[in-house]
Amino acid sequence: MSDGHINVTLKIWRQDGPNQEGGFEEFKVNVSTDASVLEMLDELNNELEQQGKRPIAFESDCREGICGTCGIVINGHPHGPLPKTATCQLHMRNFKDGETLTLEPFRAAAFPIVRDLIVDRSALDKVLQAGGFISVNTGNAPDANSIPVSKHAATLAIEAAECIGCGACVATCKNSSAMLFVGAKVSHLALLPQGQIERYERVEKMVAKMDEVGFGNCSNTYACEAECPKGVSVVNIARMNREFLKAKLLSHNVEL
Amino acid sequence: MILDSKVPEGNLAEKWTNHKFEMKLVNPANKRKFTVIIVGTGLAGASAAATLAELGYNVMSFTYHDSNRRAHSIAAQGGINATKNYQNDGDSDFRLFYDTIKGGDFRSREANVYRLAELSSNIIDQAVAQGVPFARDYGGYLDNRSFGGAQVSRTFYARGETGQQLLLGAIGAMNRQIGLGKIKLFTRREFLDLVVVEGAAKGIVVRNLLTGEIERYSAHAVILATGGYSRVFYLSTNAMNSNGTAIWRAHKRGAVFANPCYTQIHPTCLPVHGELQSKRVLMSESLRNDGRIWVPKEKGDTRHPNDIPEDERDYYLERRYPAFGNLVPRDVASRAAKERCDAGYGVNGGEAVYLDFSEAIQRLGKKAIEEKYGNLFDMYQNITGEDPYEVPMKIYPAPHYTMGGLWVDYHLMSNVPGLFVLGEANFSDHGANRLGASALMQGLADGYFIIPYTLGNYFATEKPDLVSTDTPEFDEAENNVKDTIKKLLSINGKQTVDSIHKRLGRILWDKVGMSRTAEGLKQAIEEIRQLREEFWNDVKIPGTDGEINQTLERAGRVADFLELGELMAKDALNREESCGTHFREEYQTEEGEALRRDDEYAYVAGWEFKNVGEWELHKEPLKFENVKLTQRSYK
Ligand SMILES: Cc1cc2nc3c(=O)[nH]c(=O)nc-3n(C[C@H](O)[C@H](O)[C@H](O)COP(=O)(O)OP(=O)(O)OC[C@H]3O[C@@H](n4cnc5c(N)ncnc54)[C@H](O)[C@@H]3O)c2cc1C
Repeated sequence: MSDGHINVTLKIWRQDGPNQEGGFEEFKVNVSTDASVLEMLDELNNELEQQGKRPIAFESDCREGICGTCGIVINGHPHGPLPKTATCQLHMRNFKDGETLTLEPFRAAAFPIVRDLIVDRSALDKVLQAGGFISVNTGNAPDANSIPVSKHAATLAIEAAECIGCGACVATCKNSSAMLFVGAKVSHLALLPQGQIERYERVEKMVAKMDEVGFGNCSNTYACEAECPKGVSVVNIARMNREFLKAKLLSHNVEL
Repeated sequence: MILDSKVPEGNLAEKWTNHKFEMKLVNPANKRKFTVIIVGTGLAGASAAATLAELGYNVMSFTYHDSNRRAHSIAAQGGINATKNYQNDGDSDFRLFYDTIKGGDFRSREANVYRLAELSSNIIDQAVAQGVPFARDYGGYLDNRSFGGAQVSRTFYARGETGQQLLLGAIGAMNRQIGLGKIKLFTRREFLDLVVVEGAAKGIVVRNLLTGEIERYSAHAVILATGGYSRVFYLSTNAMNSNGTAIWRAHKRGAVFANPCYTQIHPTCLPVHGELQSKRVLMSESLRNDGRIWVPKEKGDTRHPNDIPEDERDYYLERRYPAFGNLVPRDVASRAAKERCDAGYGVNGGEAVYLDFSEAIQRLGKKAIEEKYGNLFDMYQNITGEDPYEVPMKIYPAPHYTMGGLWVDYHLMSNVPGLFVLGEANFSDHGANRLGASALMQGLADGYFIIPYTLGNYFATEKPDLVSTDTPEFDEAENNVKDTIKKLLSINGKQTVDSIHKRLGRILWDKVGMSRTAEGLKQAIEEIRQLREEFWNDVKIPGTDGEINQTLERAGRVADFLELGELMAKDALNREESCGTHFREEYQTEEGEALRRDDEYAYVAGWEFKNVGEWELHKEPLKFENVKLTQRSYK
């Protein structure tokens, strides 16, 4: 680890609340290249607090790229310019001395701004609540090895299940589509034998909810995969489309 | 006060089965008449919420996160233990029980630990049925790996993301019940006080983190599943928002705090660097399956690690503990790293030791290592800028897990009737040191398989009633919360919340960390008291209470840490022995191992809150009927 320092200019989106006007505020900071972007913001906030000013509101929790809480659009990219990296894992060594960083919230109609860089992503949870699970009560499960699962299927399932639900895919999509997020969940469960019983009803319910809560359509530009901090593949979107078509033919769903 | 563990009579292996039959049941039609509050949606809280809702109870779940799926459990990496014995390598419930009791240095309750081992296999079944994509072999069967303190392979895993996958499974079960209307989920709410009416827990007071409003909720029982308090050290492997406020405020309402000084320092974490560092990132213990830990044999050897030949490296764990090698328990591995670094053999004069995969990569190939640990290696490279496939990782111990927590009996109920505590928030199963891959197991055992029985028994025997939120007790709790907030906002001093938190962390790390002395602990108590004074006179919190105010949120948590930190030191001072993670320099063997004093200290230390800085100690004696107390040996 180096202990160099760089000077950067920050243009940060400030907005008091959902219905207030927002705008950029500029800050100049000198920061260690070992620090992460969020640690730089911690320090900036520390200085603002000391001056009695309102610190920049942003969210983060695990700082290991797994909880999906953080998410800032940095220079136009959700989670910044580095592939497969969440905001909390992006370190200042990836930027140059004298560079300007523009920090904005994840913008989408389904993600109202709460304050500054915080948005409300509860629409994603509503889609999960509509069917993103296998209906098994505690106590009903047979022995875990009673149904073998091919290594291949298990691998594809976990590659989908690694989604951290941050919403970067929505933020980067010009239609604010949540197809990658929903496709990842649908795929994860459809690929496993345990998920078969509800396979078709699940995809129908989740897709219906996805439309209802205001996510847009997929336009197949694949920006979502490129920005996904876990590199979840758009193959999952194609799989969800197939599942959905089959569901239309096969499911016993009541009208949705 | 007598801390009655309520451990049932009978043979160890039959206690839980018999007790399940003895406990009273609530009939299906009556279950919907009961409401339960669950604070926390981590593995413990989510599994409890889903299971209780499935049974028909009305559940209200609370979390300060924006979503139930963000709880800190999501960050668990390495795996979860279970006694399936799929490897045919000699595992059994008794062996896991024994490993856990011994790993905890004989400071936990036998009956609780046995029940945990007994339930472990059901957890794996449940998780697989929910679609948790555990690792599998080419035949399609579940794969295992090894963790510290065990000589069998009993750890189930999903890449380096086991916590994420298990949590998403439990959250799925919870989401299903939300959809069915049996769970009401309240996000962005912080629990700030417990409401106790006529001695029993009846409700909670929370702050709405978006509006600042203080809200009241009442129920027939309250469950806290709010996680551990390692963030008291400021730098830890825990998430930024993890804190001890829920259990601390409940403690101040009468719940006994057990073994606060048992805090686990995890051996394999990224070293301290730079002033701005906000956390110590964990490198999962599973890495010790294939990684070998070493330091240079020569003091102050500054050569690049790849230039240090094999015979000039000291694989000190393999040298000192040939039977367990790199897989000794965490407390042993951490102390050994500290010992080498303090003696001057560490990297760069003692800031780290090496965790080296070159031998494993040669033996198994880079691809195999990538498959097992890829995401951890990526994370390491991301943060440090170094490639661990080419250069050994640098690691150093960091605060990670707290075995201490609210005291609970065999039913997981605190001494306050109607207040149950699950997961890392309680003190129950890990004694003075937790073995790897057993926290996930405990949280899920508590939530899926224990609380549904013991809560039902409480309802059926005590028949608690629901109180209105308009009672004087709710008024008093709400006023208490509001007063604290008002006081915090009115100080308007000069120091920031984080700067004080960092200083508290430094005191604890230096004096209540990996190695402790009577003198150091006394100093720590003094320094913490002074810092607390400073905080209440000089902290600065901009903004108001009627809005999102993240500084105010942190201030409340740090205020509580400033009291809890003192109790940790006090408990460590009281315990004049070394056991597990609690290492008092005065009590060690000639070889520098922890020296227990079973005659005097084979008890759970339960602290009752009297006043800030004032507690009364109650002891729950530990009886060992099924294992022999021995000096722990991993040689
Ligand atoms: C980096 C890391 C890796 C780990 N890896 C492993 C592993 O491989 N195997 C293993 O067995 N263990 C592991 N552990 C330990 C394990 O993850 C935790 O002990 C366990 O997940 C704790 O679960 P929990 O449900 O008790 O609490 P948590 O998951 O911490 O959940 C706490 C919940 O309570 C809520 N909460 C807390 N306070 C309040 C409040 N005041 N108001 C409202 N809500 C509140 C939070 O929002 C959250 O929902 C690891 C820990 C860390 C830090």
